[in-house]
Amino acid sequence: MIIWISALLIIIGFVFFLGGSLGMIRLPDFYSRLHAAGMLDTMGVFLSMAGLALYVVHDFTLGNFLSALKIILIVVFVFITSPTATHAIVDAGVRAGLKPWTKKN
Amino acid sequence: MKKTRRKSIVFTNFLILFFFWMIFSGKFDAFHLTLGVLSCSLVAWMAADFLITAPSFATIAKQWIGFSKYIPWLLWQIVLANIHVLRLVLSRDMNSRINPQIIKFRSTIKSQMGLVTFANSITLTPGTITVAATTYGDMAIHAIDNESAAPLPGDMEKRIAKIFGE
Repeated sequence: MIIWISALLIIIGFVFFLGGSLGMIRLPDFYSRLHAAGMLDTMGVFLSMAGLALYVVHDFTLGNFLSALKIILIVVFVFITSPTATHAIVDAGVRAGLKPWTKKN
Repeated sequence: MKKTRRKSIVFTNFLILFFFWMIFSGKFDAFHLTLGVLSCSLVAWMAADFLITAPSFATIAKQWIGFSKYIPWLLWQIVLANIHVLRLVLSRDMNSRINPQIIKFRSTIKSQMGLVTFANSITLTPGTITVAATTYGDMAIHAIDNESAAPLPGDMEKRIAKIFGE
């Protein structure tokens, strides 16, 4: 039962990964493509790691519990570092003088 | 910094670091625990000025309680925004639905940590990215469509201001 829930979580996570990858190709410019990239490492990582953590703890031992905690910590660190990295990339674009794409042109 | 306060900060640092040591090592024999105590106390003593900078422990406790209320709400907002951007990206008429724009406003949050939390929360939510944030609270946000831009600053700002007691 738990295995199926974790498989479902991982698959939904992969749907978000797929959507993010398609968005990176389809969106018009540098800045808007980053929105899709941001989606990859929030929902994609969150759901697939939640699925993995659930899969690891279904056979409950202390070692497995510690592994699940480590997987959760991966999500925590990605959630702190990923917006910082995204902001650094946007800032590099602004400093280089890249104009954002808008509807008018 | 007062002597007693520094001591209690070093001790708290040590407890936090040792907790993570135990999670990461997963070995509870005397040898590995001794190594953990030695390295954690060295790092806790060296890094006393970095990890905990709030003026008092009561403030820290208040902030963590505030964060524990804020994070579930933020996660839910991230889920909603993710579904919105996913549908946007997969829609056939994507080019007519998106409207990339930069919106500027001045945040009422005063504390540095609050502004960092606010800027990072905005970037974590898909559809909005913080382009620039100054220490005075001037923010520039790149939003992918009108719907993502509409709720800013609004609710998120109020909740963060509440954590940092403003």
